[in-house]
Amino acid sequence: MRALEIDGLDVDLGGRAVLRDVRLHLDRGELVGLLGPNGAGKTTLLRAILALTSTRAGRVLVEGRPSRPGRSEIGYVPQRHEFTWDFPISVEQAVMSGRTGRMGLLRRPGVPDWRSVGDALDRVQLTELRRRPVGELSGGQRQRVLVARALALAPRILLLDEPFTGLDMPTQELLGRLFTSLAGEGHAVLMTTHDLVAAVDTCTRLLLLNGRIIADGHPADLQDAELWTKTFGVSETSPLLKLVRAT
Amino acid sequence: MSITDFLTDLFNPDLAFLPKALAIAVMSSIVCGVVGCYVVLRGMAFIGDAVAHAVFPGIAVAFVLQGSLVLGGAVAGVATALLIAIFSQNRRVKEDSIIGVFLVGAFALGIVIISQAPGYAGSLQQFLFGSITGIPDRDLYVVGGTGLVILGLVLALHKEFVSLCLDREMSRAMGLPVFWLDIVLYVLVTLAVVISLQTIGNILVLALLITPAAAARLLTDRLGVMMLLAPTIGGTSALVGLYLSWSYDTPVGGTIVLVATAIFLAAWLLAPRHGLLTKRMRRCRGRESADVVRSSSVPDLTRPQDPSASLR
Repeated sequence: MRALEIDGLDVDLGGRAVLRDVRLHLDRGELVGLLGPNGAGKTTLLRAILALTSTRAGRVLVEGRPSRPGRSEIGYVPQRHEFTWDFPISVEQAVMSGRTGRMGLLRRPGVPDWRSVGDALDRVQLTELRRRPVGELSGGQRQRVLVARALALAPRILLLDEPFTGLDMPTQELLGRLFTSLAGEGHAVLMTTHDLVAAVDTCTRLLLLNGRIIADGHPADLQDAELWTKTFGVSETSPLLKLVRAT
Repeated sequence: MSITDFLTDLFNPDLAFLPKALAIAVMSSIVCGVVGCYVVLRGMAFIGDAVAHAVFPGIAVAFVLQGSLVLGGAVAGVATALLIAIFSQNRRVKEDSIIGVFLVGAFALGIVIISQAPGYAGSLQQFLFGSITGIPDRDLYVVGGTGLVILGLVLALHKEFVSLCLDREMSRAMGLPVFWLDIVLYVLVTLAVVISLQTIGNILVLALLITPAAAARLLTDRLGVMMLLAPTIGGTSALVGLYLSWSYDTPVGGTIVLVATAIFLAAWLLAPRHGLLTKRMRRCRGRESADVVRSSSVPDLTRPQDPSASLR
């Protein structure tokens, strides 16, 4: 069974067609990069997978069952600005907040919850900083907090929304290695990114999206310039194409 | 007036309204302090202002009909909070504009209603600026009971509210009922406002909600500590404010709010880690001992993240 299977997905936002006939699949062990220009529908696609937006047609199957909010098979890592970083909360409490839905009303965190949080912090190597207020973290550390928060549910699918944006190269490399090893441990990882270099370098497969899926394949198989000009709407002489050829 | 005189007055049976006023002021300040933490952390001070004004027509109706002011205010406030929550679902007009519309509309309705009551001028001032006299015994139980219900709900839904403040999108993805949690939080804010109206007054009640929580935020980076500090600051302000008001014959609501404001300013200047003067003093001391040893209690945030902490 596929971790994630999307078939004929159409999504409209405010009466405007954002996604049309999107087909894609994701297996465990894969690290797939979702590339496309601004407004291509990348975040909308992630929201459709989480069942946070209504769809016009098509279906989204998570481990063979239709997606709905609150399913813990999916770990979601939103863009960093979605999180209120000036909130007076420690790293481990922020990670624990990822289990709020799982715990249910009127429950307090128990031993299994703290164990999951501890494992997630270990996994992203934030154990030493677990008591630090989240407001005092660097960009890379914040991204790792959000990844740990998603991992605290022990998900099988990880959705990452632009995890590299605004981070320097060493931090990107660090995170890239983390995502690769998470895929190696059997997670199915899908990440949107604008960072072509990081995507080509770390992903096992790339999806080019602009309203619909324009290409789907191993980075080495996506050398055709037309795919990239079509996806990003750039000219033949764009530096983007030089970058693609160089990789 | 000395504190002993104040205590004597408190237990003087001829001044029975005084301990009642004190109890209500302290109880409502404590509840407002706790609820105010969410208001401050979520940046919803304007909603607090809106419901504070929105309870006015309810109080006016209750006054005209000789009913319970607390009950009338609660009904009007909750109705307005619901209207704001429902109208903000339409994204064409932003939430703050919706709040602005209902805030002023409700207050205007209150003024029109209360003008129909004979001899309203005196009572109007009482609503707007608070009073320590004329509190019925019944209100003591209503305020105490409502306060306990509010604190109970905060305790029960704390982790959901935190999740909502931290990241709405993630809360939705986790399957939390975001819309309903919003409504419950609005209603809690409304109730906290309503039980504070009697002593503080309609205009100043926002201070009880915002100022203690904001001062507490300056003093700590831990939510649990903040939610204990805010009601402590609120309760202290109410106690000291009432004492000063009784001693110097100043308006009770205004005096309580001024005490809270003074505490906020003190926190802003002297907070252990983030206070203005504290930082300056630390910098001076740091300059003297710069070549000796760097202060280890303050993490150096300008330093980029240590890349050697590699991931396995």
